[in-house]
Amino acid sequence: MAKVVMEKLNKHFGEVKAVRDFDLEIPDKEFVVLVGPSGCGKTTTLRMVAGLEDITSGNIYIDDKVVNQLPPKDRDIAMVFQNYALYPHMTVYQNMAFGLTLRKFPKAEIKQRVKEAAEILNIGELLERKPKALSGGQRQRVAVGRAIVRKPKVFLFDEPLSNLDAKLRVQMRVELKKLHDRLQTTIIYVTHDQVEAMTMGDCIVVMKDGLKQQVGAPLELYFRPANKFVAGFIGSPAMNFMEGELLSEQGGLFLQTMGFKLKIPEDKAAKLKSYPEKRVIFGIRPEDLPEAPAAIPNETIEVVVEVLEPLGSEVYLDVKVGETSLIARAEPTTKAKPHFKLYLQPVLENMRFFSIRDEKALF
Amino acid sequence: MRISENIAIQPGKRPGRRWRWSGLLEDRTVMGMAFVAPAVGLLLLFLAYPLILGIWLGFTDTVVGGTGEFIGLANYISLLNDALFWKVTYYTFLYTGAAVFFKLLLGFALAIVLNREFRAKGFVRAIVLLPWIIPTVLSAICFWWLYDTTFSGITWVLMKIGLIGHKIDYLGDPTNARIALIVANVWRGIPFFTIGLLAGLQTINPSLYEAASIDGAGGWHRFRHVTLPLISPLLAVVTTFSTIWTFADFQLIWVITRGGPANATHLYGTLSFQRAIPGGQFGEGAAISAFILPVLMISVWVCYKYMRREE
Amino acid sequence: MSEKFVERMIKFYLPLFIFLFFLLFPFYWMFITAFKSDAELYNLKLNPFFIHEPTFKNILMLFKETLFNRWMFNTFFVAILATILSLSASLLAAYAIQRVRFRGSGPIGISIFFGYLVPPTILFIPLAAIIFQLKIWDSLWSLVLIYPTFLIPFCTWLLMGYFKSIPKEMEECAMIDGASRLRVFWQIVVPLALPGILSAGIFAFTLSWNEYLYALTFISTTTLKTAPVGLITELVRGDVYHWGPLMTGALLASVPVALVYSFFVEHYVAGMTGALKE
Ligand SMILES: Nc1ncnc2c1ncn2[C@@H]1O[C@H](COP(=O)(O)OP(=O)(O)OP(=O)(O)O)[C@@H](O)[C@H]1O
Ligand SMILES: [Mg+2]
Repeated sequence: MAKVVMEKLNKHFGEVKAVRDFDLEIPDKEFVVLVGPSGCGKTTTLRMVAGLEDITSGNIYIDDKVVNQLPPKDRDIAMVFQNYALYPHMTVYQNMAFGLTLRKFPKAEIKQRVKEAAEILNIGELLERKPKALSGGQRQRVAVGRAIVRKPKVFLFDEPLSNLDAKLRVQMRVELKKLHDRLQTTIIYVTHDQVEAMTMGDCIVVMKDGLKQQVGAPLELYFRPANKFVAGFIGSPAMNFMEGELLSEQGGLFLQTMGFKLKIPEDKAAKLKSYPEKRVIFGIRPEDLPEAPAAIPNETIEVVVEVLEPLGSEVYLDVKVGETSLIARAEPTTKAKPHFKLYLQPVLENMRFFSIRDEKALF
Repeated sequence: MRISENIAIQPGKRPGRRWRWSGLLEDRTVMGMAFVAPAVGLLLLFLAYPLILGIWLGFTDTVVGGTGEFIGLANYISLLNDALFWKVTYYTFLYTGAAVFFKLLLGFALAIVLNREFRAKGFVRAIVLLPWIIPTVLSAICFWWLYDTTFSGITWVLMKIGLIGHKIDYLGDPTNARIALIVANVWRGIPFFTIGLLAGLQTINPSLYEAASIDGAGGWHRFRHVTLPLISPLLAVVTTFSTIWTFADFQLIWVITRGGPANATHLYGTLSFQRAIPGGQFGEGAAISAFILPVLMISVWVCYKYMRREE
Repeated sequence: MSEKFVERMIKFYLPLFIFLFFLLFPFYWMFITAFKSDAELYNLKLNPFFIHEPTFKNILMLFKETLFNRWMFNTFFVAILATILSLSASLLAAYAIQRVRFRGSGPIGISIFFGYLVPPTILFIPLAAIIFQLKIWDSLWSLVLIYPTFLIPFCTWLLMGYFKSIPKEMEECAMIDGASRLRVFWQIVVPLALPGILSAGIFAFTLSWNEYLYALTFISTTTLKTAPVGLITELVRGDVYHWGPLMTGALLASVPVALVYSFFVEHYVAGMTGALKE
């Protein structure tokens, strides 16, 4: 039930600048995912919101109230840790009731709330057990249960699924999403897994080296990445990048790289006109590199297949153009074979261009 | 579940005084200081202060129950001119050197013997620790009796098998007494080395030995190139601890020989006790025990260095 | 198969047996002496390694003619109180140093640890002077106050190792759940550190029981002596040694430590190795 705002947030650990000038406004009831590679400052950001880490500079507001100096217990938040941090000397019930007991809730109400939460999470039979006697997935549920009984203003999750096996992770992903729909509470969720971010978040914040890279809805990040880093980070397999030269010739704008030459569609060419330099980085996703039956001048690329990765519903082709490796997605019916030549016809409309200087998207 | 209700943050039942106290403790520094205060207070009063007071006393002629005058280096000068003091110094170093050497050797050997899986391992390990657990004074009494000239069981066995023709005066002869005490100290100290080093040996990943074997290393090479380097920091710390304890030993000597015969087995610790408590010469006693300080400082330095390296 | 057995014999059982014999023989000697009569003890014709006519006269003499039970009580009294005092102080200090991480906690931790290296032989003279000034000379309270000087460094170090093994998130989660730092300490940390507290307590108890120099120095009244001191000073008069009762006393005075130890060997070993590894 709360809006969370971070304003010019900075966190330094001695020389290490873990979080830099971080601005973010999280509307009430939103499911926000912080995603980024290891060490980019996600956990640190989350811990500052929780009040577990002192803020070097900047402000955090919960419901328009500055909480910089407020101890964690007075922020009315709940957090689920990566290792769950269940109290091993308490039963599941006691674990879940702990926060309510501390806040001096009446016994009956505590019981009621724990029961409700246990029902939601299907852990009703486990209430008398100690955490040691639970499986990984059950512990995970208890940790979530402990958070929801308190009905806090904000939920914080720090990679809660990373200790689960792949199958359980997918299942819990769905359940957490459902839980959010049901509770309608603001959630800040940290993960380094972009698939998790894409599938769960209403809104995704991509971070790198303590800096916010882009904020947006999952598909917005996918189709309109703000820079090369986001483009490469979101989507799997990652977007292919190459450097090329822009050539203004008769009949339009062309992109020339070592192995091939492509004609840039008119609308993109118009936007590229204002770009002062000749060299660009261009990116294209694997699914935008379909096979072509034959060579078409200025529209197809000639590649050599190196490895096939059949996944069933699709096949990924590791191919080479000159010295550069690309990944292309093909139909399961593909005839491609390793060491054979192949023509790919890039979907030029979906091509992205990035500045060679700062790697920002050109449009 | 109704979501809309908010949890009001309810303060403790009785705000006011109590609340303010616990509020203060929320501050890291305040809480940290408050928590270390009892320990630090006790240690300052009964450890740090006496350490300094002891050094000061060494420069005075304080006697028991009285105050003394500052007499500069007089205690030290008279000690350094005293042949007895040099005799004690000699034995203190001999005792420490020999005892630590054999404790290390035998303790390490036993640790290696025990570092394998066998039935009753826990039981054997527990038994091995006994000499370390049982109050030293009490086992010292036992050694004292075992070293009795007439009734020693050791003598009885040696005479039975015909190795010796006459009784051995274990504690009456200076050389014998010195050796006898070192043996008793080694007996008591082996478990510390064994259990300490065994713990270290068990942390060594067995796959390292397997890898070394595959590389063609024999038993000795595995020990020399895998075990020893990995265990050397622990070895250094254990040895340092044992060295300072042995150097400053008191109990075994005081119970078994009281420094005799002819003062041959005095250590700094026992001599300083003899001068200060029965003798009443606090100043002189403190000056004698001050000679333990350099070894203490070296021990602290070695430990510090290895702990730093571990981090 | 048999070759393997011979190798195992030479490399393992033989050395193990020799070591165990060397380490245990004195206890055996102590034990048999305790149950021998003087007549048997001083009869050179008999094999000294067996008890020919067991007797309980030594035990009787110990309890009837000496203050042995009084000394045992004194030792208990001092050991228990010193252990409680040291354990409480160490528990707080170790937590503060390891977990609260306030400014200066690092150096304080290291200094406390080095306290353990300071041998009593350096301290007993100045301590005697201090005890005298504090007017607790010849009182068991002096020992209760002094023993923490070697108990606190050890226990603190041991407990710090334990606290390190408790995940930080557990405490943070409790703080978010609404617990004050003090409550986190009492309700989360202390229950989780119980095995460590037990180890430290056993150690402190045995170390106190073992102490000799301070008890010898600070206590002169016979009724106030601890068992180790009482046995030596009261049963050895001039050249007359009462070997039977002495051995019996040594044996009986070892029993409490041996008992405590046997119940908690694993904790003891864990404590010892844990403290070394830190
Ligand atoms: N207590 C600390 N002391 C010093 N540096 C720290 C501390 N905590 C984090 N850092 C540093 O701050 C940076 C950000 O760390 P953070 O834990 O926020 O990363 P993360 O994005 O959560 O990574 P991961 O995915 O690995 O959890 C890292 O470089 C890390 O080394
Ligand atoms: Mg993290």
